[in-house]
Amino acid sequence: MLSRFRAVRGGAILGLLLSVVAFAAYALTFPELTGRVVDDAGILDPSTKAGLERKLAEFETKTTGQLVVVTLKSLQGTSIEDYGYQLGRHWQIGQKEKNTGALLIVAPNERKVRIEVGYGFEGTLTDAVSKLIIENSIIPRLRANDFAGGIGRGVDDIIQAVSVDSEDWKARAAKQRPDEEPGLLDVLVLLFFLFIFFMIVRSVASRGGGYTQTGAGARRGSRGPIFIPIPGSWGSSGSSWSGGFPGGGGFSGGGGSFGGGGASGSW
Amino acid sequence: MSLSVCILRRACIPLFTVLAGLLLSGCGVNNLPTYDETAKAKWADVQNQYQRRADLIPNLVETVKGYAAQEREVLTEVTEARAKASQIKVDASTVTDPAKFKEYQDAQNALTGALGRLLVTVERYPDLKSNQNFLALQSQLEGTENRISVARRDYIDSVRTYNTELKTFPGVIWASTLYRSYKPMETFTVAEDVTKPPTVKF
Repeated sequence: MLSRFRAVRGGAILGLLLSVVAFAAYALTFPELTGRVVDDAGILDPSTKAGLERKLAEFETKTTGQLVVVTLKSLQGTSIEDYGYQLGRHWQIGQKEKNTGALLIVAPNERKVRIEVGYGFEGTLTDAVSKLIIENSIIPRLRANDFAGGIGRGVDDIIQAVSVDSEDWKARAAKQRPDEEPGLLDVLVLLFFLFIFFMIVRSVASRGGGYTQTGAGARRGSRGPIFIPIPGSWGSSGSSWSGGFPGGGGFSGGGGSFGGGGASGSW
Repeated sequence: MSLSVCILRRACIPLFTVLAGLLLSGCGVNNLPTYDETAKAKWADVQNQYQRRADLIPNLVETVKGYAAQEREVLTEVTEARAKASQIKVDASTVTDPAKFKEYQDAQNALTGALGRLLVTVERYPDLKSNQNFLALQSQLEGTENRISVARRDYIDSVRTYNTELKTFPGVIWASTLYRSYKPMETFTVAEDVTKPPTVKF
């Protein structure tokens, strides 16, 4: 009896593990966003990484746009175009409403490089410009195995391309009215309904309902304050799903999305 | 105050009304309209990207004509395919109209095929292939094809969510009561690989 239970339990656990593994095999895995330079393939030395991180952080401080350099060990069987936009969406690079993000992706094992451009940068970092940067600045250096030089030069060119019209698109972005935070709206609606409810209860209570007047009146009056704390807790749960908050001092995506813009190359 | 006493009192009817409203919104009564709007927005994206491709074509045809005017057949084919695709008027209602949707899909696929043949032809003209203008156009075309691909995938996902909600509990209840006018949406039937223009490598 006990052994049969054990066998069933073992089978169930095995089945669960297999299903998890099977599911994982179909979904793409993405490296952790450990910083602005994610060297998953291990082709950059620490000084290069530090220099790049500094340049990219400076860019974000100046323009609020997010650039990330990522090198990949493997494309997991997909094309770099397929992988690129999904990676960008997974990390949510770029500011939420403006989608001002770009990725420079290098996959040395598949010998592919791609500049993945978010919606917000597509005006200045066009497909044609991305292609030119890849063909003229990045690929010749990658062919000579100069990863640090190729990526460094690519980053410089990308920053330059985006900064050319940065004043223009900053003004455009400022003109766009930011969307109302859904969390705040929910709180207001909730407060409104609770206020109405409170008013109804009060009016019904003052008319009396079978108990003695004095006792009921005093007790009803004390029920009022109980409803005030509730909107606070509902409000916080409502607003928690708006925007991406940076996690504890590190670098994280600003909530931006990608639509497949940019260009690729191979060497 | 205990709940049983509360039920007896009329004062608690407003309480139940508010609670019922909150519970219903938790039960997914808002899902169908939300998914419907999302799918329509993704459809607008798909249309935008197809339109973007259509806008690139006249420039492409002119550039190719400059170097390979004798390839009249292929150039005419592309121009005509583009005209045919642009003639089909599509809007948000196309997503629930199977015939219209198929017509649009077929026209765009025909244009993809014609573009593919044009690019194959271009391979025979090295001057054209190295022309800066043409390279810029080609990269824009590749970028647009990629965007089309992404937009289609997003649309297919959103339609799947919508259609599933329409058929499963509790969506099926809301569909037959509150949202009778909601119909299943069409999705792209031709696989993406088939619609990718062929690339020739020497």
